[in-house]
Amino acid sequence: MINSSSDNVKKLNSINRRMFITGSFKFFIMVGIVSRLFFLQVKENKKYLTLSDKNRIREWKLAPVRGEFHDYFGNVIAGNFEAYQLHVIPEQVDDFRYVIYRIKDLLELSDKEFKKVLKKKNEIKPWETLIVSDNLSWQKFSKINNHLYDLNGVKPVISISRNYPFKENFTHLIGYVSQANQNDIETTESIKKNFVPGLKVGKVGLEKTFEEKLIGTNDIERYEVNAYGRRISQLEFQKGRKGKTLRLTIDTEVQKLANDLLKEKAGSICVMDIYTGAIVAMHSSPSFDPNLFVFGISQDEWQLIRNDPMKPLVNKTLQGNYSPGSTIKPIVALSALENGIINTNFTVKCTGKTEMYGQTYHCWKKKGHGYVSLRNAMKQSCDTYFYEIARKLGVDKLSATAKKFGLGEKVFGDLFEIEKKGLIPNTQWKKNALGKGWLLGETIITGIGQGYIQTTPIQLCLMTAQIANGGHKIYPYLVVGDEKKDQPIDKYMPLYENSKNIKIVKDAMFGSTNEVMGTSYRSRIDDPKYQFAGKTGTAQVKKITEEERELELKTFEIPYEQRDHALYVAFGPYKNPRYALSIIVEHGGNGSTTAAPMAKKLFKLIIDRHKIRQSMDDKRYLEI
Amino acid sequence: MYQHTRLTTNRFTFFQKFRNFDYILLFCILLLGFISLATMYSTDGGEVLFHTRSHFTKFVVFILMMLIISFINIKYWFALGYLSYLVIIGLLIGTYLFGITSSGSQRWINLYFINLQPSELMKVFIILCLAKYFHRMKIENVNSIYTILTSLIIIILPMGLVIVQPDLGTSVLIAISGIAVLWFAGVNHKYFIYTLLGFVISLPFIIAFLKPYQKLRVLTFLNPDRDPLGAGYQIIQSKIAVGSGGLFGKGFLKGTQSYLEFLPEKHTDFIFTLFSEEFGFVGSVILLLIYAVIIYRIVAIGTSCRSYFAKIFCYSFGAAIFVFITINMSMVLGLLPIVGSPLPIMSYGGSSMLATMIGFGIVMSARVHNQQLIA
Repeated sequence: MINSSSDNVKKLNSINRRMFITGSFKFFIMVGIVSRLFFLQVKENKKYLTLSDKNRIREWKLAPVRGEFHDYFGNVIAGNFEAYQLHVIPEQVDDFRYVIYRIKDLLELSDKEFKKVLKKKNEIKPWETLIVSDNLSWQKFSKINNHLYDLNGVKPVISISRNYPFKENFTHLIGYVSQANQNDIETTESIKKNFVPGLKVGKVGLEKTFEEKLIGTNDIERYEVNAYGRRISQLEFQKGRKGKTLRLTIDTEVQKLANDLLKEKAGSICVMDIYTGAIVAMHSSPSFDPNLFVFGISQDEWQLIRNDPMKPLVNKTLQGNYSPGSTIKPIVALSALENGIINTNFTVKCTGKTEMYGQTYHCWKKKGHGYVSLRNAMKQSCDTYFYEIARKLGVDKLSATAKKFGLGEKVFGDLFEIEKKGLIPNTQWKKNALGKGWLLGETIITGIGQGYIQTTPIQLCLMTAQIANGGHKIYPYLVVGDEKKDQPIDKYMPLYENSKNIKIVKDAMFGSTNEVMGTSYRSRIDDPKYQFAGKTGTAQVKKITEEERELELKTFEIPYEQRDHALYVAFGPYKNPRYALSIIVEHGGNGSTTAAPMAKKLFKLIIDRHKIRQSMDDKRYLEI
Repeated sequence: MYQHTRLTTNRFTFFQKFRNFDYILLFCILLLGFISLATMYSTDGGEVLFHTRSHFTKFVVFILMMLIISFINIKYWFALGYLSYLVIIGLLIGTYLFGITSSGSQRWINLYFINLQPSELMKVFIILCLAKYFHRMKIENVNSIYTILTSLIIIILPMGLVIVQPDLGTSVLIAISGIAVLWFAGVNHKYFIYTLLGFVISLPFIIAFLKPYQKLRVLTFLNPDRDPLGAGYQIIQSKIAVGSGGLFGKGFLKGTQSYLEFLPEKHTDFIFTLFSEEFGFVGSVILLLIYAVIIYRIVAIGTSCRSYFAKIFCYSFGAAIFVFITINMSMVLGLLPIVGSPLPIMSYGGSSMLATMIGFGIVMSARVHNQQLIA
């Protein structure tokens, strides 16, 4: 009993000692846990709070609303409309196969379309939005909405999308938008920043040039989501900024007329304000409907546009390098006058052809014009006269004058990637480019705008405008407001040595249109309000052989691709000029019969609309 | 007078039993039950749904059971020590043979009226068994090879049966419960140090023998960011939830991490995370204090007991409960790898609550009958 009791005491001592050790141990562990809690909840609280918000709040970016294009009068020429779309985020769908087949049934998708959707699904990440359909009809859209209970994870979306109400009228000018591709995202910062699946960005034209201004910023929706990404509640809606709306200098009525005039033809028309450089109309034909591209063009339609022999995809106004033909003659005459080679009394006898340096050069008029002075030569577009003065002038002096007036150089600078420079040849150029010496015969044909010389329609328009305004430098522009910034110092600077020479050329152009024997006499308008002055041009596409010359074929007897280009440049009203234009009809035959009559219709409209146009501007035009 | 009673009779009147109750302990358990119900209500998204209802029922049934247990004289529990251990070993074998498989491990046995997880019960009954074993032991025999081997067999047998389920976490907790008894029984502290050293040294080999998913857990614990959406997801989300709770928490029913289902296992192992997110540092410390008071009362009851058996049971059970709590909390706070271990009373789960309540009941019985000597 004593033994056992002492044993008990020992045992109790031992257990109590152990209990004490355990107790201290427990205390330290408790302190450890409390300090861990303190560390997480008090010290690191901010970090975890942010992480928790990141967990539960998810942002949805919506496509930004793109800025519009307005014409000078505020008419929408590239606007927005509400497109009904169907989006699916594959990650959020429990049974993707079921949902996608259900959608296929509801939307009556063809197998081809369906395959396309599945292909698209495989290309994107599971958390990215799959756009099943981007432009649904209202019927189908409401049908989907009625079946939403069955379509978990499917989102019907009303999206703002591009719309070009005037269809083909502005295509080459404005361009079009289409789905952004990887290249667009990588090269343009603003696209990268605002990118959402299905974002449409400018692909060509002004839509591309002004992408940064037009794109705007995303609407951002913040939702509380659960661990599975399901939206629980909307926390915030941050309205994005709509892209900037750009007002163009274009007059839609004139643009439409240009489109009508060039229907079924290949060519270009541009109209410019000769004092400000504002482009009133700029059209390249044939055109196409840019709306086709907004939701992705079908292969058939694309092939149709691409393979059209009239090349609708080419912007002929800016990309078309044409021989200017006789439309260069005002510059040749001006250059000769400025350089003192000739005066108004200088005459040449035209016999229909002339021999120079062992070559025969033909005037367009077989019988010849007889003795012609400068004014008559311009009026009747006598080639012999211009062969002669070009010979006397020399190509280098001619090219200097031509370049002064804007030929051989991009008219819009960086505005359009595609714009071509044309070519104003001189001896130096030939040596550098072709490694050959300049031949005098080449100077002679340059005098009538053939040979190496190449100009774009917009350059011809600028050239005419600068002659019409009395020989002052102007900078053409398309976007209202653009003319005010970065004014080049040489703006409005005289391009002539003697202003008389400009007057002589202008008078000769008046004769060409308004006097009997003038090449465009039949297209004249007698009413001084509309009276205009111009110069026709007929550019050969191929060298005419002697046999062909003998045949004297009519235009319609020649195969289309071999017909001459018809050109016309003009300005009006003659008494107080305001507008200049250039017209080119590819393979149109003859400038005076094909191109000049268009000018008549155009001037009628342009001058009628001048008053309305002037009422729109806030006295911004400088009085010269 | 009191002493007289003590010496003359071992019989306690019903009224005396009531007077002997540890009301602080009882109050703390009830408070914990209330908190756990509120938390369960929150896990159900602020509605009385299945988990809340089931947890409530279990709590009420088991607390009544605890009261009944506490009215039964501690000597009967002493008497049942080996038998109950053997019954549960039997149940574990039964589980191994015809247990219910759920999420890859066979832990439950269908007893027709309840699906029981015997491994949870073993956490408590191994203490009862070993306490009885050491009760009669003379101090000089405690460190004999025979004693130590016998007690190790008592521990390793259920561990093995639980490991094959497979359920490493619970088997470790069973071992800890058993080792706690050995510790209090006075097994030479050198053994514990050697064992610990041996364990540390053999750790690399143990890891080599771990199942791939267990290895993954260890690796994930060392660096949760190595697979934030996979293996590291639980611990990362748990830390975010706790950390974002801040000083005062996001408010009851306002825990976004749990409400929006970022938290895994929020009813069971990660219940503390949810509580901590909603009630913050202050709430968590209060909860820890409640647990601390419970453990303190258990230890105090042990101290007040005359019988060695009651003493060693209370101390060991107190230590075991403490370890269960700290392991669970350390796990959700990112201090330990994820091992399946519920938080006593708070976590949803019948077997765990049953075992804990039985333990509390026996402790309370020890308190009520603290003058009872056991031959």
